[in-house]
Amino acid sequence: MARFIERHPAWALIVIIAVAVLAWMVFAIWPPGLEAAIGRKRVFLNAVLNGITLGGLYFLVASGFTLIFGLMRNVNLAHGSLYLFGGYIGYAVSTWTGSWILSFIVAFIAVALVGVILQLAVFRRMEGQDLRQTMVTIGLSIVFADLMLWVFGGDFYQVQTPAWLIGPVQLPLLTAIKSSGEPVYLQYPLVRLVIFLASVVIGVAMWLALNRTRIGMIVRAGVDDRDILAATGVRIQLVFVLVFALGAGLAGIAGVVGGTFQSLSPGEDTRFLLASLVVVIVGGMGSIPGAALGAVIIGLAEQLGSVYIPTYAIVVTFLIMVLVLAVRPQGLLARR
Amino acid sequence: MLKGSLGLIALSSLLLSGTAFAQEKIKVGVTATLEGTYTVLGEDGMRGHQTALNVLGKKIGDKELEFVVASTDATPDSAVRAVRKLIEQDKVQILLSPLSGDEGIAVKNFAKTHPELTFVNAASGAQETTYVDPAPNFFRYNMDGAQWQVGLGKYAYETKGYRKIATVGEDYSFIYTQVFGLVLEFCAAGGQVTNRQWVPLGTKDFASVIAALPDDVDAIYLGLGGADAVNFLNQYQQAGGKAHLMGGSIMIDQTILSSKGSAKNALVGTIAASGQADTWEDPNWQKFVKAYQDSFPESKRFPSPSLLATNYYGSTMALILALRQVNGDLSNNQAKLKDALAKIEIDAPNGKIKLDSNRQAIGTNFVTEVVDDGKGALFSKVVKVIPNVNQTLGYDPAVFAKIGLPSRTVPECKKY
Repeated sequence: MARFIERHPAWALIVIIAVAVLAWMVFAIWPPGLEAAIGRKRVFLNAVLNGITLGGLYFLVASGFTLIFGLMRNVNLAHGSLYLFGGYIGYAVSTWTGSWILSFIVAFIAVALVGVILQLAVFRRMEGQDLRQTMVTIGLSIVFADLMLWVFGGDFYQVQTPAWLIGPVQLPLLTAIKSSGEPVYLQYPLVRLVIFLASVVIGVAMWLALNRTRIGMIVRAGVDDRDILAATGVRIQLVFVLVFALGAGLAGIAGVVGGTFQSLSPGEDTRFLLASLVVVIVGGMGSIPGAALGAVIIGLAEQLGSVYIPTYAIVVTFLIMVLVLAVRPQGLLARR
Repeated sequence: MLKGSLGLIALSSLLLSGTAFAQEKIKVGVTATLEGTYTVLGEDGMRGHQTALNVLGKKIGDKELEFVVASTDATPDSAVRAVRKLIEQDKVQILLSPLSGDEGIAVKNFAKTHPELTFVNAASGAQETTYVDPAPNFFRYNMDGAQWQVGLGKYAYETKGYRKIATVGEDYSFIYTQVFGLVLEFCAAGGQVTNRQWVPLGTKDFASVIAALPDDVDAIYLGLGGADAVNFLNQYQQAGGKAHLMGGSIMIDQTILSSKGSAKNALVGTIAASGQADTWEDPNWQKFVKAYQDSFPESKRFPSPSLLATNYYGSTMALILALRQVNGDLSNNQAKLKDALAKIEIDAPNGKIKLDSNRQAIGTNFVTEVVDDGKGALFSKVVKVIPNVNQTLGYDPAVFAKIGLPSRTVPECKKY
């Protein structure tokens, strides 16, 4: 941090000012002039919070994607199918047992198992052959999509939100002061906050596991140099299987999350594959903090875009991707 | 096992080709949105099509109809691609296409490049398709989005007492047309439309859109369909939304009313208008519902046909009846068939349908209200039936032309 300020004083100043302005916009009561110019504060705050919570969902999908890519250099284009499959499993479990929490556990395990099978049956046979892997995973994603369409049909499925999570909560953020002097606080859907907190917890746990445990050390070593790691006697194939299972399982959990606050239907698989590709391109392939940063940026861009420039909202995310590719092609937080 | 089934397939294809020799075929290409946001709509459209074949049969004199299905995703280029493939590769002679608004405009324009073929619109409902520069070989037996909103504005203003409303709609031609019909009537009655929000087709996260909805309106009109509608309702419920709702024709439809989960319950009591109403007592409609229900097992269909099923049924029916009138004669660039299609009047399940000089349907419209049948299933209940709705919505054609074409901001909220 201190080094960054020393090296780029101008950039540091801009960042600090931007953060200060944002903090002011979030916490202060807006003067009438500003409300007239860009609309009510409630709308702005909602869009920011929605962007961040949507970023939480994107992070869950993209972190598994980036983890698998970082360690194995596998571009798994069937990742979106794993997401959708996890969602359907979660739906089936939650309607069958009525338990929302259980649906996460089952979805994680089931999709992780699919991941293990994929790694053992497919990727292991074509290690290091990027093009073949890409073609095979595209093929698999089409096959999976049709299989799921066959079993679940084209209907929309929603994972039932548990009753205690339905409805809004009041946040300690002022949106306006009524003429009577009574403060108006922001109302926000509880389920989105809970899901966002959960994704933060998962993200932090993953970071800790990668940086503070022995297994994490092995995985990081594998990211840097697979061959030397294998030469030191680590059973690298086992590590691969574990990482693939974890990455796939995370996609499965994300599917349940997506099914809870959005919906599941054919086509969601490619949408989330695309979202995670954009997120990891922006954040940096193979980097967990990069995935987190990229996810929040893309989430915010989508939500702020849909409120303030609805006509062009769709292109904003891709503009960001183009910008990043032009200025910093390795991604914002990539190491190399 | 595998070998056995392969043998069976080979044998059955032999048998099929055997009948092909015996009988002349008329090849018809069908497109439906079997991918993307509108998948459910496309699937139910195909069920309506199948129901029509079950009821009417595939025989045209001594010829037999053969259908080739292609999938689209509601974008205009996917529709043109599918239609082109059907014509160039599958050599179809007649098209039953497409399902969605923007697709309709694109396919109509494409139809002009194949004046020798016949295009029967399957279900698309953008106004522009038949109103602006219509193709002489493109026939539409369903009403457009604006016709499907007739009656709603007045009912909302006069009976429900709504004075100010805001709209949220998907950003493409069919919803423009729907909002056009609504705004025209609601504002003519004296109401105000304070805000029109447009979201891209395929939006998943509506939380910010919901937050931006104004508080000071009596009702919010939803012009959404398919996955978008379900996502909106789900997030609306999570955000604790309580406003009165009004719905467009594919919003209040079995595609949404039968979706899984509890989000749809936000729609109970919602008023809407459409080319059909689930609980209409007309014997013709009831017969169609029965035929639809009998054609598919309960888990593979909706409790009652959606608007798309009805439209596909109607267009398939018109095509088969017209083909029978001319005994399947497709000679001379299908001139006889086109003539018959332009003149035919059909007794569709949702009322009598005839075509105007632009080959656009004049039909019956329904104002509805969503009710719970007591067992958790939702249906649209008839409030009012309005016969003989034409494309200019009863306006003088010259006045109607001045309003302009449906878009994000047209029509203005005033009396024309």
